[in-house]
Amino acid sequence: MMFCDHCGERLDSGVHTECEKRRTLEPPRYCPQCRRRMKVQVTPRGWTATCSRHGETDSPS
Amino acid sequence: MNDVLTTAREQVLARGDGLAEDQLFEVLSLPDEAIPELLELAHEVRMRWCGPEVEVEGIVSLKTGGCPEDCHFCSQSGQFESPVRSVWLDIAELVRAAKETAATGASEFCIVAAVRGPDERLMSQVRDGIAAIQAEVDINVACSLGMLTQPQVDDLQEIGVHRYNHNLEAARSHFPSVVTTHTFEERWETCLMVRDSGMELCCGGLVGMGESLAQRAELAAQLAELTPHEVPLNFLNPRPGTPFGSLPVMESEDALRTIAAFRLAMPRTVLRYAGGREITLGDLGTRDGLLGGINAVIVGNYLTTLGRDVEEDLELLGELRMPIKELSKTL
Repeated sequence: MMFCDHCGERLDSGVHTECEKRRTLEPPRYCPQCRRRMKVQVTPRGWTATCSRHGETDSPS
Repeated sequence: MNDVLTTAREQVLARGDGLAEDQLFEVLSLPDEAIPELLELAHEVRMRWCGPEVEVEGIVSLKTGGCPEDCHFCSQSGQFESPVRSVWLDIAELVRAAKETAATGASEFCIVAAVRGPDERLMSQVRDGIAAIQAEVDINVACSLGMLTQPQVDDLQEIGVHRYNHNLEAARSHFPSVVTTHTFEERWETCLMVRDSGMELCCGGLVGMGESLAQRAELAAQLAELTPHEVPLNFLNPRPGTPFGSLPVMESEDALRTIAAFRLAMPRTVLRYAGGREITLGDLGTRDGLLGGINAVIVGNYLTTLGRDVEEDLELLGELRMPIKELSKTL
């Protein structure tokens, strides 16, 4: 994981504790491997995030 | 007891007549010390005119992002630098979402699209989606597809849409500071068409968007004028990249005053917790609101953000001895 999936910035470029806190009520928006903006579908009990290069990630069940 | 609360006890609790705009302004201006008494009265009004049941709903975004409108609170506008990308839900996923919602005991499932108004492609998807849900899931289907024409209202009513959501979003006087790509009057027109169609009208708004207390009272009064069946009350969740992205989160005391004021404006309506309650009120405030006028909740996730754990909400309703409204009672 090189990038923050909430803000898209490099994980080693600053503090992301606020991002982590926000992620408890938000799905990921950026691919953690390449920082592309992902297509995210939120459903009543989960979410799916898709990166055009790195594929699909689902919410933890 | 404060004067306006004494008046409300007689006018709203005893007679069922909602407070007027100037009275709502007084309610919204009450000091923090008066909040417990205010919430207690709003709860009594809710119990007297609506009963103890809570209506549970799930929502899903059929078409996310890429909206041509510029609602300044919304991360789905294509006019802002938001991280939200455009995506469509297919019918199989829509039916799965309806099933997940029904499994919580919810009686309502709302299909939402980020559009100015539906085009033929969206209407077709909605028709197919509703038919698929009705074939497999026992739940009322609601829709929120933006501004409608009369033929679209008729179509939706015909295919069995139970309730249509179209929020005023903000008071008439504040609206131009929130949206510039359409007018308050255009929204109002759709609400009137829906109300007269036989579908139930769901019409609410957002608070915490920089409006004054007078404008908050104005919004409640304008909603009351529409006599909607349901009022979803959203608290601004400032979204990165939007014009309102740096506004502060509303104070929980203000949120609770607003809940109670909306209940005192509309004693008989379904008043629903919608987006932003998690960050504005937290767990304790959620409970206070349910004991202060709220009688409906959106459970689970929202359109682009996540909600509280469904089981926690359902446990809380059980703890408060508030039964979930059953499907048969809303048909």
